[in-house]
Amino acid sequence: MEEAFRVSVSEADFDVGAELDALAAGRSDIGAVASFVGRVRGGEGLIAMSLEHYPAMTEKALAGIVSQARVRWPLMGVRVIHRVGRLLPGAQIVMVAVASGHRGAAFEACEFIMDFLKTRAPFWKKEELPGGARWVDARESDDAAAARWDTDQP
Amino acid sequence: MAVVKILYFASLREAVGCDQETLDVPDEAGTVGALRALLCARGGDWSALEGGRAVRAAVNQVLARPETVIAAGDEVAFFPPVTGG
Repeated sequence: MEEAFRVSVSEADFDVGAELDALAAGRSDIGAVASFVGRVRGGEGLIAMSLEHYPAMTEKALAGIVSQARVRWPLMGVRVIHRVGRLLPGAQIVMVAVASGHRGAAFEACEFIMDFLKTRAPFWKKEELPGGARWVDARESDDAAAARWDTDQP
Repeated sequence: MAVVKILYFASLREAVGCDQETLDVPDEAGTVGALRALLCARGGDWSALEGGRAVRAAVNQVLARPETVIAAGDEVAFFPPVTGG
């Protein structure tokens, strides 16, 4: 995957502003950058969220999702960052940023990448609660969100 | 017979009490679905791989289906539905 299309997985936090600037730096052909940031949602006494992943597969899966997005929309750059390890409520978990000539492709591709990431990238969340730890269950609404792209061709 | 590496993740790893193993898989268990059934037949904690449970699989780090064929040297992973993002 070339320079403008990058995925990474790390324990470290990320700087959204710096990532968005880097995506469009030195280019005048990019007319739109759309981004999504996912955070650890607090509540129900949540103490922390731990993210496990399948190291050998994760970046390969993310890169594959980005490649599929590039087949569907004319994209000029994509940046995907996903954190792993133990995160506190309010912490950033994931960022998807998409650069394109126009906003339509940028918005749609950003949502597509998130929908596919949620259902196909090998990450698992475990919640730390006052009564103990429990694995987060997958949601059918996430499968439905990913499935709608099967018929909803841009 | 095909020697494969098998990995387990998240709640499934905790349920079976094993994160990875190397197994000589008999020819008749040469697909993801057949291998899953073979592992489940160990009984006890391995019933976490029962047919009714939501279990996903990957072969050589690519999402696989029950009919996906397994060959010697492959890395097969079993895990619950993903919950990232």
